[in-house]
Amino acid sequence: MSLLASLRTPRGLITALLLLVLAVLPLLTQAFDQRYLLSIGTRIVIWSIAAISLNMILGYGGMVSFGHAVFFGIGGYAVGILSHHGVAGGFIQWPVAIVAATLWAALVGALSLRTRGLYFIMITLAFAQLVFYVGGGLEAYGADDGLNISRSRFPGLVDLRDKASFYWLCFALLCGTLWFCSRFANSRFGLVIRGAKSNELRMTALGFPVFRYRLAAFTLSGAFGGLSGILLANEGAYISPAMMSWVKSGDLIVIVVLGGMGTLFGPLYGTIAFFVLEESLKPLLDLVRKGWGEYWQIVFGPMLVLIALYARGGIDSLFGRRHG
Amino acid sequence: MDYLLLQVLNGVQLGLLMFLLAAGLTLTFGIMDLVNLAHGSLYMMGAYIAWMLIGWTDSFVLGALLALPATFLLGIVVEAIVMRRLYVRDHLEQVLATFGLILFFNELVRVIWGPAGKSIAVPAFLNRTVEILPGVPYPAYRFAIIVVGALVAILLAWLVARTRIGMLIRAGASNRRMIGALGVNIELLFTLVFGLGAVFAGLAGLMAAPITSVKIGMGDDILILAFVIIVIGGIGSIKGAFVAAMVVGQIDIVGRAFLPDFLKTFLSASAASSAAPAISQVLIYIVMAGVLVWRPTGLFGQRT
Repeated sequence: MSLLASLRTPRGLITALLLLVLAVLPLLTQAFDQRYLLSIGTRIVIWSIAAISLNMILGYGGMVSFGHAVFFGIGGYAVGILSHHGVAGGFIQWPVAIVAATLWAALVGALSLRTRGLYFIMITLAFAQLVFYVGGGLEAYGADDGLNISRSRFPGLVDLRDKASFYWLCFALLCGTLWFCSRFANSRFGLVIRGAKSNELRMTALGFPVFRYRLAAFTLSGAFGGLSGILLANEGAYISPAMMSWVKSGDLIVIVVLGGMGTLFGPLYGTIAFFVLEESLKPLLDLVRKGWGEYWQIVFGPMLVLIALYARGGIDSLFGRRHG
Repeated sequence: MDYLLLQVLNGVQLGLLMFLLAAGLTLTFGIMDLVNLAHGSLYMMGAYIAWMLIGWTDSFVLGALLALPATFLLGIVVEAIVMRRLYVRDHLEQVLATFGLILFFNELVRVIWGPAGKSIAVPAFLNRTVEILPGVPYPAYRFAIIVVGALVAILLAWLVARTRIGMLIRAGASNRRMIGALGVNIELLFTLVFGLGAVFAGLAGLMAAPITSVKIGMGDDILILAFVIIVIGGIGSIKGAFVAAMVVGQIDIVGRAFLPDFLKTFLSASAASSAAPAISQVLIYIVMAGVLVWRPTGLFGQRT
């Protein structure tokens, strides 16, 4: 379907409007003097990148990784540790962080893709916990309390301390990630991954080395996860083990399922819905009775149960059936 | 030498607590094919309910004994409202729904009992030491945990291996639909097994409470360890869960008791004390990774 034709479908139109709003978000927040919204917007964009990278393996590949937040941690800690030792240049920090995340993903994937089902869920969780505890044990880098860092420097190109510039950088990277993911999903490589999700035995019988394909996808996904970690560390100028706690991994799964698994824009919808729910449930509950906003998760928890039970296709399926 | 013996006993005590938690998990997974992340919430609820009942009855034993049927009831209610609908779903949906339950229970506790942690005092008659060997004192309460934990483990082994219910449980684990077709009321069996798992989790929670503390999220970290245990042992295997719980208990205690002194030989004192628990946790996960690489379905798991 051509780009123009896709604008005539509700899905295409909504997605285009959404991307347009995201593209001009700093201008909007400035016009309405809502600085806080820009910081939420930045986090939404960063989390979307992570969710898209999880969707590559979870949505397209059916690999339920319950440890994806570990890449927040690895990307973040690589940037933070380098910056702590005076290496502030982004052109050194970022490649190091991505290589670290990629290598870790390759190692974890090589070990855990040998297992199936619950074993896979749990071994990915366990490897993430391993890194989480290592982060909490690094006395030199703040242990459990974390570490304040200075943001990566790109002299002459972009100043990450400027909120709007940083947002636009994140947004550009989100667009890049979306582009990559669409290429991935429709490539021969992506088709093998999707085929192995629906029938692994058949793909093996067709002569595809499914393990190697999955390992490659898992590694790629880790690289993009590492990118989101880099951005997250720069967003708050802070790293701590909490950014890779297992609850964050759970949140990422929630986002991918909520948005629509195995769809290009699903993770983006999911992230927006997740953050909007979080930010709006609090004031809503406070309206019902003062002080209840603090307990928003008592509503959010059962909502997850209902989503798991009744919302198979996620938000993406609300916009009608997909073509191709 | 005495110090070593005490630490080994501490490891056994921790291992038995985690076995209680893991036994329920491995049963629900083996029989109902259910990934229940909210099992740790039952552990937490067990501790909170016990704290409340002990306050009301003013007796540890009475409160604890009343808390067990209460957690059984809670388990049955959770099973009837949510879990029953999840048995036929895939693992991802189970993970999602039970993750939601964790958030719900953590907030529920905050609403009912407030954000501050509670503590349960060690009952007076156990607040002393026993001599396990001449001249080697050991806290009586921890010793009581070992006794109760071992008794429950034996009871469970007897229940599964020697009774009619146990026979149905084993049959259910190997082929659910077949025993349903043979006229066994599997819905009732599932509810009972889930309730049983909830009681074990609650028992572990209330027994651990005087040693640690009763707080929100107390079940989450130990739940992950319990999952590690059933994965090492082989999902669905009670024997595997027991062996793995003992191994993990020993690794954890060795890490806490002996690593700091060892690390201090080449690290500063503060670095050693913050690195040691991390290293012992990491060791547990390395053991798990090693077992899965060697045997992808755990030590006692069924080969597929």
